[in-house]
Amino acid sequence: MGGHLNINHLMFLGQGALWTIGLSVIALIGGGIVGFVIALARISPLKSVRIASAVYVQLIQGTPLLVILFLGYFGFAAIGLKVSPLAAAGASLTLYVAAYLGEIWRGCIESVPKPQWEAAEGLALSRTQRMMKVILPQAIRIATPPTVGFMVQIIKNTSLASVVGFVELMRSGQIVNNSLFEPFAIYAIIAVTYFAMCYPLSLFSQRLEKRVGRGRSNLAPA
Amino acid sequence: MQQNPSSEPIVSLRDVQKSFGPLRVLDGVSFAVQRGEVLALIGRSGSGKSTALRCIDRFEKVDGGEIVVCGHRVDRPDVDLRALRQDVGIVFQSYNLFPHLTIEQNITLAPCAVKGMATAQARDLARKVLAQVGLEEKLHAYPEQLSGGQQQRAAIARSLAMQPKVMLFDEITSALDPELTSEVLKVIEQLAADGMTMVMVTHEMGFAKGIADRIVFMHRGKVHETGPASILTSPTTPELTQFVGTGNLKS
Repeated sequence: MGGHLNINHLMFLGQGALWTIGLSVIALIGGGIVGFVIALARISPLKSVRIASAVYVQLIQGTPLLVILFLGYFGFAAIGLKVSPLAAAGASLTLYVAAYLGEIWRGCIESVPKPQWEAAEGLALSRTQRMMKVILPQAIRIATPPTVGFMVQIIKNTSLASVVGFVELMRSGQIVNNSLFEPFAIYAIIAVTYFAMCYPLSLFSQRLEKRVGRGRSNLAPA
Repeated sequence: MQQNPSSEPIVSLRDVQKSFGPLRVLDGVSFAVQRGEVLALIGRSGSGKSTALRCIDRFEKVDGGEIVVCGHRVDRPDVDLRALRQDVGIVFQSYNLFPHLTIEQNITLAPCAVKGMATAQARDLARKVLAQVGLEEKLHAYPEQLSGGQQQRAAIARSLAMQPKVMLFDEITSALDPELTSEVLKVIEQLAADGMTMVMVTHEMGFAKGIADRIVFMHRGKVHETGPASILTSPTTPELTQFVGTGNLKS
């Protein structure tokens, strides 16, 4: 035991950082796809669909991510499926991210002024055409800054996947520390690495927010 | 569905009832619009004139009565909304152009998406309708680059591109200053001269007097007085006398 921090340790941490990015991307894509469906379901003309999606969002938002990860990992086992930590963590994060992105995006869709819907309706566009050609292009502009901002949360929250044995940045730090016993130095490195991944996104989100703010102030009076 | 003998009105409302909660907005409203006719709906704020207009295009569902528009039974729950809205054009007070699209794209969107028109043909059409409202040079501009009056004219062009049988105007000059108002009203005058059937809710009494074939004065959810434009200068009911007397009658 013991020894000093060397290039191999740093390589191992770097690999963990790559898996953190990988898991974040999986969570963002999976959560984005499911979240888009949730957002549409939340404003569905069918009441039952609206209620079902609202219940889903409330359940996920009212449950700690840590618990969702355990449920995902052991839940698959309970129904007889043997899944890798990556699959379990990816699926759990997808469900988690979908609930939040779904709510963020629903808000963005609903913040497109109602007269835009009416104008599109008055031109005989179908509901799908109204959504795809008129509402969503405007909602996407509004949704980009908060979505990029939420990506920061996703990256940080992937650290919880370490509990189901997925070796991302946090878990690789724990492993390195188990052999070196230099917790402060190692967790400082990990903190800096997370910060280096998150800070550019935060900056980007802030810049986008300013740009959208400018664009909206130019819109026609409603 | 679409056969419409010329003797039949293009729009007809019969005993239309509509309430928002406990508030009765339309209380037995009846009127009809013949082909080529220009009808002005006037009245105080809250008299139900805008609601009556919105019922024609079924932006509001009625509680009772009968509405027939270009052969569509608008009061029935099974009305084909997309077919109805291809026959009816509507222009709003707040223009409601799509801010993410150029003026040309605003205009070609519905003809391409709804009628399956080819892009090249739709572009020609966009040029034609923009010429009608005097905005050909704004083809590639975005709505935010246009003045209010230009945006409203572009919105009229967008509606015209669907070649509606009747056009509805919901206080389309209320957000404009007098100079911009007159450029929009000129476009409407031209449409009237071309024989377009129109129903307009307006506060421009001078304009209504000059262009409307018939005036419908609404008061407390009812058609209170109706007749040719001359009723504005010689009203028979005290309510209309008071309404036109309160400085509403310009020019």
